[in-house]
Amino acid sequence: MTMDALTEAARPHLLRGVKLKNDEVRKSWVLLAPERYLRLNAISVDILQRCDGESDLAKIVDDLAAKYGADRAVIDNDVRALLNGLLEKRMLGL
Amino acid sequence: MNDKTNSEKSFAEKSPPSALLAELTYRCPLACPYCSNPLHMEGRETEMSTDQWRDIFSQAAALGVLHVHLSGGEPASRRDLRELVAHCAKEGLYTNLITSGVGLTQKLVGELAAAGLDHVQLSIQDSEPKGADWIGGYEGGFAKKMEVAAWVAEEGLPLTVNAVIHRANVARAADMVDFAVTLGARRVEIAHTQYYGWALHNRSHLMPTREQSEKAYAEVEERREHYRGKIVIDHVAPDYHAKYPKACMSGWGRLTFNVTPQGKVLPCHAAETIPGLEFWNAREKKLADIWAHSPGFNAFRGFEWMQEPCRSCERKTEDFGGCRCQALALVGDAAACDPICVKSPHHALIAEIAARDSAETIAGFTPRRLEKSRVKDKV
Repeated sequence: MTMDALTEAARPHLLRGVKLKNDEVRKSWVLLAPERYLRLNAISVDILQRCDGESDLAKIVDDLAAKYGADRAVIDNDVRALLNGLLEKRMLGL
Repeated sequence: MNDKTNSEKSFAEKSPPSALLAELTYRCPLACPYCSNPLHMEGRETEMSTDQWRDIFSQAAALGVLHVHLSGGEPASRRDLRELVAHCAKEGLYTNLITSGVGLTQKLVGELAAAGLDHVQLSIQDSEPKGADWIGGYEGGFAKKMEVAAWVAEEGLPLTVNAVIHRANVARAADMVDFAVTLGARRVEIAHTQYYGWALHNRSHLMPTREQSEKAYAEVEERREHYRGKIVIDHVAPDYHAKYPKACMSGWGRLTFNVTPQGKVLPCHAAETIPGLEFWNAREKKLADIWAHSPGFNAFRGFEWMQEPCRSCERKTEDFGGCRCQALALVGDAAACDPICVKSPHHALIAEIAARDSAETIAGFTPRRLEKSRVKDKV
């Protein structure tokens, strides 16, 4: 059994029961999921806010590369690392 | 203000709790002999009101709690479950319903989802009905759980299946992972029995042999790669067959707290078994005050309370010396190294207990029940 592939055309979205929250007490964005939470850095928040189930991976990467004025390949790598980790944790749908 | 007060204050400010286990009631239709609730449980007439719980949830959100685990007993035994879920959702709390499934209806599952419930954790007692209903002491319980899992899936709510492993089902630990997949669960907890509360009382009927435990553990671990990306496996190791202790509660009073049906605020289920600790009640004090200043919470925070071998141990920041309640129950000193640890001078005792208890028979356990008279403690 293998995980769904994160292709350029995939439209990633947080699964039900997985939520972004701007936590005022910790002064940090967190990702809430069953029995766990992850503290997010600014780039992770930027990535996940774009995972709306509408935008495909190519668009998300283009968008972030433009925003940060960074090499697309580097951004692509960061996005895939985060999203593949969340796929494995069953927090993300495609 | 002296240094100590200063450091305690900064602890509470720097370290907000992330999770609250709300034991809404001790009432439960099932009678699992490994229940983590205390042996002495009070009934409905002593439980907190809907308003009292609402106030606690609002305070918890302000304090920094992210997850609320609605538990019990069986939380569906409370008629105000919908209202409590809706209130938590309004406060931005992530709500997890920890249920046996018995007492839920399809209508109620729909209403809870509409009220903002985020996640359901459903217990199963076994992967086959006869054994499941026998150990839970509830005829038809297994069939009911299958219905509940389908209702949860129909609502689109994420599901975790939880199975506690003991001698009567240890051969099917890995089957229960497969079974959770067929129920549509995103997560499964395979938890070898932790010996507290009713489980400690019934330990000689529940303890598998070392061989059984190790085989079951390995079989479940093999499933990880097979189901990668399909289901997340959380695996709780068999304490008495381990070399190092668990990081109990991720450290005493560090990230989580429990509130009992009567409003007592505790670092864990079993904390009240430790004599001489003073715990405060949410009916009388604010949660923020309790989290920062309750003597019971501060008793085992940090590392100052530790004795050797913990004090100089390089693992102390990982496992926090293991479990205080277990140290008390097994070696008579809550500040001692958890004897599960191979470095404990009492470690040999664990193997002796495990070998002795696993030679008993499963039959003859005491079913969990609300009871006024004292059950004799067996340790």
